[in-house]
Amino acid sequence: MPDAVSIESISHRYGDRVALDHIDLTVEIGTMFGLLGPNGGGKTTLFRLMATLLPPQSGRITIFGHDVATESRAVRRRLGIVFQNPGLDPFLTVHENLLHQGRLYGVTGKRLRGRIDEMMAAFDLGDRSRQRVRELSGGFKRRVELARAFLSDPDFLLLDEPTTGLDPGARREFWKMIERRRVARPELTLLLTTHLLDEADRCDRLALLDAGHIKAVDTPEGLKSRVGGDVVTLTAREPERLLADVQERFDPKASLTEGEIRLEHVNGHDLASQLATAFAGQIDSVRIARPTLDDVFIRMTGRRLEDVAS
Amino acid sequence: MSAFLTLTEREIVRFYRQRSRVIGAFLTPLLFWFVIGAGIGSSFDGGVTTDPAIHIDYLRWFYPGVLVMIVLFTAIFSTISVIDDRREGFLQSVLAAPISRLTVAGGKLAGGSILALAQAALFLLLAPIGHVPLSLTGSLAALGALAVLALALTGLGFFIAWLMESTQGFHAIMNLVLLPLWMLSGSAFPIDGAAGWLRTVMMANPVTYGVALVRRLLDPEAAAATVGLPGIGISWVVTIAFAVVMITAASLVTMRRGKIAP
Repeated sequence: MPDAVSIESISHRYGDRVALDHIDLTVEIGTMFGLLGPNGGGKTTLFRLMATLLPPQSGRITIFGHDVATESRAVRRRLGIVFQNPGLDPFLTVHENLLHQGRLYGVTGKRLRGRIDEMMAAFDLGDRSRQRVRELSGGFKRRVELARAFLSDPDFLLLDEPTTGLDPGARREFWKMIERRRVARPELTLLLTTHLLDEADRCDRLALLDAGHIKAVDTPEGLKSRVGGDVVTLTAREPERLLADVQERFDPKASLTEGEIRLEHVNGHDLASQLATAFAGQIDSVRIARPTLDDVFIRMTGRRLEDVAS
Repeated sequence: MSAFLTLTEREIVRFYRQRSRVIGAFLTPLLFWFVIGAGIGSSFDGGVTTDPAIHIDYLRWFYPGVLVMIVLFTAIFSTISVIDDRREGFLQSVLAAPISRLTVAGGKLAGGSILALAQAALFLLLAPIGHVPLSLTGSLAALGALAVLALALTGLGFFIAWLMESTQGFHAIMNLVLLPLWMLSGSAFPIDGAAGWLRTVMMANPVTYGVALVRRLLDPEAAAATVGLPGIGISWVVTIAFAVVMITAASLVTMRRGKIAP
């Protein structure tokens, strides 16, 4: 079976700035693939290349065997896209937006009306059909956006930071609906860009993208297992001084990231109690945790993925 | 075909949902007609023509110029939607759809032109206020000319709007380029009365021929009395050529890929 997406040696630059540097990736049919990375890491450029909105400068991308550069029409027919900023007309009603969208994909007449009803039901849009999009809440706009993307019954769904700006409730709703669609259509392939850990954790496979390079490709569990055991995090009033002491007496690989000292250890509890005893006066707090994707990211790039605020 | 029609339809529906644009595109020219008509009109004491035997009221003479202004304003206000579409995100979903970019430009141009023509047709109903004698065939022929002119002006508006990042930039261009295009077209004062260099500019302005065309088709009597008005043949040729050039420019500019903010 051919892959849903095949990316071969894609590079892209904006003037002097290199956004993507020789990227290779494949996405299997029926899977959900995540591009995880910080803003400015190259995710959106890759997304736009796959969406046929940006012509490749070098390298090749095929989607279901169709080259995005030369067969963009064939690619687009099989593609559903959820943009970060909704691609809806705020002055039109929900129903009108879906109607126009369907016709742009060549779905018309009775079949289109049937599809719209189906999508309105699938995304719980119930009685909103006559409401103008600008009057809807962020969560409802996202649902219309999803209904729009699924209207033409795509085989491949591209999502760009799909839940950015949504409150936690709307975020959960969003993923519940995506899961429902996946169950209804197991051969559906999804690819999303994200900088959110909980979103990345839902993917079957993940690529860590940083500064235009792929740092690792694996399942979320596989990536986490690359971090040895537990992660112990310390905070202190004078973190630099404590770091030097910890490195000298415990682990030379201890690191300082955004004011916190991090150590990886097979047995976090033992290490934590030893540290607490050894530096009783200097430590403000000790935290022991199973590694998260953020830890993986720190290990691969030396930087955190998420701002502490988000 | 369904993609082209659906984009055209959306353009029209969207325009009428934004009341300020409908009002701006219709009431501004109406206000111009009355205010300038009453103000400047009195300075054209014995009428606008140079032939003392014929007297044409300024309000009547100015009328075809106002019709062209309505078409210009509507065409421009409708093409601003290109910038809104890009900002709101609608444009990216259209550009990612399996349709050609020519369809995207075509839908905009057709939608904007239909709007402009509808506003102009509405304004024709007000002709009796200015004592403009209308004939049915004259009105239909004038609407035909206005349709060609509308395509040219929406093409021009689309071309500019596609290259603009913000609506503020578009308004600046509008004041700098589009308003003079109308003012120096023989709409508000006859070409014959202008100074030498200004006359040259006016004769080089393609809109001048659109105005002359509407004048000649709509009110032949007033047109015949206007000294220096371009003839009907040359006016058709220039107006159609203007439309062809602008439609081509609008189509070509959409081919610039990668130009989609943000």
